[in-house]
Amino acid sequence: MAKEKLVMIGNGMAGVRAIEEIIKIDPNRYDITIFGKEPHPNYNRIQLSTVLQGDTTVEDIILNDWKWYEDNRIKLFTGEAIVEVDTKNKIVVSNNARQVSYDKLIFATGSSPFIVPVEGVDKQGITGFRDINDCETMIKYAEDHQNAVVIGGGLLGLEAAKGLKNLGMKVSVVHLMSHLMERQLDATAAEMLKQELQQQGINFLMEKQTVEILGDDHVTGLRFKDGSETEADLIVMAVGIVPNKELASNASIPVNRGIVVNDYMETEIEGIYAIGECAEHRGIAYGLVAPLYEQAKVLAKRMVGVETEPYEGSISGTQLKVAGIDLYSAGEIEGDGATKAIRVHNEFENVYKKVLIRDNKVVGSVLYGETAESTRLFRMLTQQEDVSQMTSLSILQPAGEAEESDVASMPDDELVCGCNGVTKGTIVEAIHAQNLTTVSEVGGCTNAGRSCGRCKPMISQILEHTLGDSFDGAAQKEAVCGCTTLSRDEVVAEIKEKGLTNIREVMNVLGWKNEEGCSKCRPALNYYLGMIYADYKDERESRLVNEKMHANIQKDGTYSVIPRMYGGVTSAEDLKKLADVATKYNVPLVKLTGGQRIGLYGIKKEDLTSIWEELDMPSGYAYGKTLRTVKTCVGQRFCRYGTQDSMGLGMELEKKFERLDTPHKFKMGVSACPRNCAESGIKDIGIVGIDGGWEIYVAGNGGTDLRAGDLLYTVKTKEEVIEVSSAFLQYYRETGNYLERTSKWVERLGLDHIKKVLEDKVACQGLIERLNKTLERYNEPWKEAIENDEIKDKYYSRYQADLVTN
Amino acid sequence: MKTVSKVGVAHYSALPIRSGIAIQIKNDAIALFKVTSGEVFALEDRSPHPKGGVLSEGLVSGKFVYCPVYDWKISLEDGQVQAPDQGQVKTYEVSVENDKVYITI
Ligand code: SRM
Ligand SMILES: Cc1cc2nc3c(=O)[nH]c(=O)nc-3n(C[C@H](O)[C@H](O)[C@H](O)COP(=O)(O)OP(=O)(O)OC[C@H]3O[C@@H](n4cnc5c(N)ncnc54)[C@H](O)[C@@H]3O)c2cc1C
Ligand code: SF4
Ligand code: FES
Repeated sequence: MAKEKLVMIGNGMAGVRAIEEIIKIDPNRYDITIFGKEPHPNYNRIQLSTVLQGDTTVEDIILNDWKWYEDNRIKLFTGEAIVEVDTKNKIVVSNNARQVSYDKLIFATGSSPFIVPVEGVDKQGITGFRDINDCETMIKYAEDHQNAVVIGGGLLGLEAAKGLKNLGMKVSVVHLMSHLMERQLDATAAEMLKQELQQQGINFLMEKQTVEILGDDHVTGLRFKDGSETEADLIVMAVGIVPNKELASNASIPVNRGIVVNDYMETEIEGIYAIGECAEHRGIAYGLVAPLYEQAKVLAKRMVGVETEPYEGSISGTQLKVAGIDLYSAGEIEGDGATKAIRVHNEFENVYKKVLIRDNKVVGSVLYGETAESTRLFRMLTQQEDVSQMTSLSILQPAGEAEESDVASMPDDELVCGCNGVTKGTIVEAIHAQNLTTVSEVGGCTNAGRSCGRCKPMISQILEHTLGDSFDGAAQKEAVCGCTTLSRDEVVAEIKEKGLTNIREVMNVLGWKNEEGCSKCRPALNYYLGMIYADYKDERESRLVNEKMHANIQKDGTYSVIPRMYGGVTSAEDLKKLADVATKYNVPLVKLTGGQRIGLYGIKKEDLTSIWEELDMPSGYAYGKTLRTVKTCVGQRFCRYGTQDSMGLGMELEKKFERLDTPHKFKMGVSACPRNCAESGIKDIGIVGIDGGWEIYVAGNGGTDLRAGDLLYTVKTKEEVIEVSSAFLQYYRETGNYLERTSKWVERLGLDHIKKVLEDKVACQGLIERLNKTLERYNEPWKEAIENDEIKDKYYSRYQADLVTN
Repeated sequence: MKTVSKVGVAHYSALPIRSGIAIQIKNDAIALFKVTSGEVFALEDRSPHPKGGVLSEGLVSGKFVYCPVYDWKISLEDGQVQAPDQGQVKTYEVSVENDKVYITI
């Protein structure tokens, strides 16, 4: 018996996905013919944004190459549009007058950019942003034109704008509304986005309605309703899309906004289906691939006669694919009377999160600046999880445990790495294709996990799940970095055993792959060597910028200066000096830091040494992997509750331990009573005065992974506090991994183990001695820079060269 | 037409090894690096990361510099950003004659 003939109009993402699904279930069921208007095989339209932004090429985004069609015996006519459908005789006719008959017909014609119907839209220099051809048009214009105007501040418009900007054009985005992406973002997130894009060089014309396109044959500009005008050599229309439905409607197939389909993607005419952006399901024509891929599954099953659940519509999340911007939104944006919002707005780090909850269920979320929670929130949204038992903190914080069991059931298109926009499918594919076995290899190939790192546990699980038995837990032994296969412990053991004394020697003897290492191992080795040898000569060139410069670099290349203010205690003289310097050097920001001292921000590197000199105060090391601050409360000296001299002890501790290199930064606090005004509970070492003694808490953290400190000991005297702190610090120095805070370290080693070491008299004495010996090696770095011309010249000068033509 | 000029910017022997220096020539901010092998490279002193930042303060390893602010690895030879990040930094031709380092701009 001859196979049934299946014809598909449109060779795009949704349609071809449906064909893939059909072939997967029953490769011999249909004799398949596809017509595609574009001259290409099926490609990833989504990636046009990255093509335009210069990150990929057209070849890279082909999804199904010519060979795929051949291998699956699909007849493909590209560059050929269907112009007529004769439903009576079951024939389609192409613009080449080719006639093909069908038994089953799928419309997968997608949509077209909506062209705003204003005067002058027929001029040259106007394009949509929909296909490879549009992309090529824009790239070509950018070669010899200057001004681009994008009409529409939605997802597509902004991606187009960024692309044109990368191509070197001056870009303005015209938007009708008062905020960008109003369908995905609320006003706050939209404003943050706008600011970021402005910083990236894109100009915005908000609340402007275009009424006329100016120019003779070719566009030269636009006029807005308010009478103002702007110049343009190229205009990109990105105000929306309209489903391609005319062909169907001409064939008397019922259409509304799109081609009307039921829950099985069937039109009202027997044997004719529609899928993708051209289809309208329950009143909605979807414009993102996730729902379309769900439709493809249902349609495929229906067409091969396999039982299927109906397609009942989808909720999908949106991201913006612009480098440097993390943004995610799903579900409802603005609440109503019945919704409650959890909002987090961290202006310092430019992070904004809003989660809308109705009847104990998440109904929408907007994340800006950090999107790691998007997967979880999206799942809570789609699965209608009851959140009444969760604290708001766990909604916003990925609660490691709960997350972990689900990798198996996670769909391929679910986002795993919010920072870098990498899906599970991409990761699994990379693991298979490139035989990856470690989290860092996955990062190297896909970028996942290379930013905030929150997704690493999930990537590890995906590895485990994907590789099954061949996953070797031991292979997860964290090598120091990609330059070696040795772990931290192995490297430290080798250094001691072989008596290696400097970085170069370590790399040579231990067979480093990169002769001079990388930005991960160089600072780490420098630390380990300094930890092993009390008299180690620090290698400044192996420190990252902040520690190398003894100042914290700012995003614009200037620096901050934060001098010591021991225990948060200052004096009129010091304040005067700070004020004088701030005035004299026109310091853009003077701020009280979170560490009880004063920071001067936005300082030019060539001013650093003179400022330090004029301040004549020691460095506060606010930039270092070392003791930062010892916060104190006023305590006994003034406070009516104080039972101890917290300021005195705090200053003493800060003076003793300052400058000491530690695996990660180290913070302390001393309060004089359990009211704990210095927040000792979230410090690496936190001390709380009680009647007749002190409690010593350790491993508290107030940063990324909030953790309350554990009570280590209660002691009687301040000498004991100093002894215990010294031993604890040194043990952390000797066993901590570089960049491991005490909170993680204590959890890794166990508090009981640490106590055992500290309670061993001999061991404890050894620790304290080694610490004190190490403390002898430090000099005040700011003073050193002021006094040493060589250092000043090498690190703190900017050379002016005059332009002399030879 | 573009005029090409050769600008003397530093004494070769005075250049620190593996530590960039920042040079300003009119409007061009340039980062100059002398690497362990003795070769000298000049790049535009601006990270290709969309958020910008300088390069002259970066950690140097072999013929690469790591962007000090965002840790991208960049080739000193051709300015190419190394995978998985992407981008390119403008490079300048460098020549050394009689202990004088010249940059062509
Ligand atoms: C200046 C200051 C904010 C302020 O204006 O108050 C600050 C500024 C920075 N913090 Fe902080 N932190 C400051 C107090 C804090 C505190 C509060 C505290 O110390 O009491 C915390 C939470 C407490 C904690 O660490 O447990 C804090 C947790 C972090 C973290 C997360 C650390 C963690 O392990 O979770 C980072 C990122 C890191 O270190 O990797 C960070 C990193 C940074 C850096 C160094 C980011 C960077 O690499 O450029 C910021 C430098 C700004 C600059 O341009 O100079 N900052 N940072 C505070 C300086 C205090 C000081 O005088 O030294
Ligand atoms: C720049 C850009 C960025 C995007 N970013 C995202 C994103 O980040 N996430 C996301 O989920 N979605 C994104 N999308 C949307 C996504 O690409 C579409 O939802 C998806 O491609 C729709 O698939 P489709 O098969 O319905 O239509 P299409 O992929 O458009 O395929 C339809 C095809 O049919 C052809 N055709 C039309 N009429 C005829 C005819 N009469 N005869 C023959 N052929 C015909 C068209 O030429 C077209 O090739 C983006 C789209 C663009 C343009
Ligand atoms: S911690 Fe106690 S002693 Fe210190 S300021 Fe607060 S209330 Fe006073
Ligand atoms: S989610 Fe931040 S690096 Fe992956």
